[in-house]
Amino acid sequence: MSSEKECEVLLEVKDLSVSFASDGGEVEALDRISFAIKKGKNLGLVGESGCGKSVSAFSIMRLLPKPTGNITHGEIRFGAKDLLSLSTDDMRKVRGNEIGMIFQEPMNALNPVQKIGDQVAEVFLLHQNVSKSQAWQLAVDALSEVGIPAAETRALDYPHQLSGGMRQRVVIAMALACTPKLIIADEPTTALDVTVQAQILDLLQVLQKKKGSSILLITHDLGVVAETCDEVCVMYAGRIVERASTQVLFENPVHAYTRGLLSSIPRMDGIPKKKLTTIPGIVPPLSQLNQGCRFAPRSGLPHPEDALLSRPPFREIQPGHWVEACPVCAVR
Amino acid sequence: MSGRKEVLKLDQLRVHFPVRGGVFRRAVGSCRAVDGVSLTIEKGQTFGLVGESGCGKSTLAKSIVGLVRPTSGSIYFKGKEVNPRSLTPDYRKSVQMVFQDPVESLNPRMTVGAIIEEPLLIHKVCSKHQRRQRVAKLLEQVGLAGNAADRYPFEFSGGQRQRIGVARALALEPELLLLDEPVSALDVSVQSQVLNLLMDLQSELNLTYFLIAHDLAVIRHISDVIAVMYLGKIVEVGYAADLYANPLHAYTKALLSSIPVPDPKVRKKRILIPGDVPSPINPPPGCAFGSRMNSPRYSMSVDQESKLEEVEPGHWVLACPCCVNL
Repeated sequence: MSSEKECEVLLEVKDLSVSFASDGGEVEALDRISFAIKKGKNLGLVGESGCGKSVSAFSIMRLLPKPTGNITHGEIRFGAKDLLSLSTDDMRKVRGNEIGMIFQEPMNALNPVQKIGDQVAEVFLLHQNVSKSQAWQLAVDALSEVGIPAAETRALDYPHQLSGGMRQRVVIAMALACTPKLIIADEPTTALDVTVQAQILDLLQVLQKKKGSSILLITHDLGVVAETCDEVCVMYAGRIVERASTQVLFENPVHAYTRGLLSSIPRMDGIPKKKLTTIPGIVPPLSQLNQGCRFAPRSGLPHPEDALLSRPPFREIQPGHWVEACPVCAVR
Repeated sequence: MSGRKEVLKLDQLRVHFPVRGGVFRRAVGSCRAVDGVSLTIEKGQTFGLVGESGCGKSTLAKSIVGLVRPTSGSIYFKGKEVNPRSLTPDYRKSVQMVFQDPVESLNPRMTVGAIIEEPLLIHKVCSKHQRRQRVAKLLEQVGLAGNAADRYPFEFSGGQRQRIGVARALALEPELLLLDEPVSALDVSVQSQVLNLLMDLQSELNLTYFLIAHDLAVIRHISDVIAVMYLGKIVEVGYAADLYANPLHAYTKALLSSIPVPDPKVRKKRILIPGDVPSPINPPPGCAFGSRMNSPRYSMSVDQESKLEEVEPGHWVLACPCCVNL
């Protein structure tokens, strides 16, 4: 479709498993997930709360809480680097410099007792060989680039003096400060109003075009995914159940869970007051996961016993369209 | 609009909070959270209210149930004026509220049974034995197992907790239910379960809903009439179909255009609204939205008090010279 260079893989996650120590023993938050992001492209990671979206992001950044969270299996390749084998110092050079992260709650991601200008300048001081005054100037430029009016005076403000949308802009300025190759955006607009969400998504897209970065967008909002992503991974209970280009996934979802998710959102063009399709029950707790089809209890379809015992294979049913579904859950 | 029974009517309701400052904490200004809202809700209807955070939606709902005292204006319930300083027990029973956050609105130290029973105890409506039966019936109505009564809120998921909140609100057999963002804290699959429950209960019990939400698709799905609020004022009201098909106020248009559509083939043009909602403490003179949009006709609105005008039957819009082309 596009030229060779554009399709170069930037980040590849292979067979990644993460487990957490809890009172009831080890629980597996991610169960051998694999995905890849191409240069300059956007990948969306969608799913309900607790399905492992944020854990995936934290694993790539190697920010899992120690000692409870552990990567037990797998590989994360970023360009030529193997992120999991980097030393702590080397990893620190990657964070913020080559991979930027936008966190969900802008209030919690910012230091409340530091001026926003200083917080953005810190990124430059850490990763670029600049003086303090140069870093401050770069921070002011970064803030005006994300659309903060009167950035010179605003840089002296503390986070509490800004609105939610403005705070999220500061977090974006920090994440994009060193022109990272990859931006991980963990629910960047969930805490914001629709109008501000539209501003932020627009800003992200403009900046991405300008800098040529790739975005890993984690969200539960399928509307946001449809508008911003090239490719989508649908996660359920620690596994990726379906992966396809956005167009294909919305047009021809194969996994029963993807279908359920897509049909349960009220649509602007739907029939008012009509009963919404629901997925009965809730996401199973991590301590009660089986090895086989994990969607079986909520699918409403009778599953043969062997479907519950062995994990279905992750198959490519069409070029670029991957599905991990037991025969019962694969609707074709 | 005549002929049908009106349940709730607000007339020029205002809620202003004093802003205190100086050594003696005197009121130095006021925050106009709700600034002259008039609306009518009919029996059996779902009245949806949308707007950005900070526009006064929740304050409006709280002033209706009496959690916040209105500064001026009147509330009529079934044709009779309500005195906000001393709400009658009958009004308190008939108007109930479901809160946004199902985690924070349930007392973690009370069992679910005790939570649902509490309104019955306060209003002394029935005997102990009858109360038990009523709780069991309510749990069944909202789709929870009977043994839930002896368990604590933390044992339930978000969607189930919201069902508990709905059961508590239904305990006194209210006529009007105020739903303040009932599904915004829930995942999509659970959100649709709760919305279906609300629609079922409405037809079963002939309830009237006043629904606050910021998700415009949710509002459109279950509301009959929708009002759009901006900075303490209602800028547009109309039947759901009319409002979405033919939005008249510039703010409604921008709001509708900013919803992401879950269909990658749809590429629509967004109207981006710059900046944030202005502070209700120090609102700009004239039209608050026009000044945010830098509307060229903003200056026309400065010396003029805009009023809601009926454009087509049931479709009202705040006729401000810079935001509406009539």
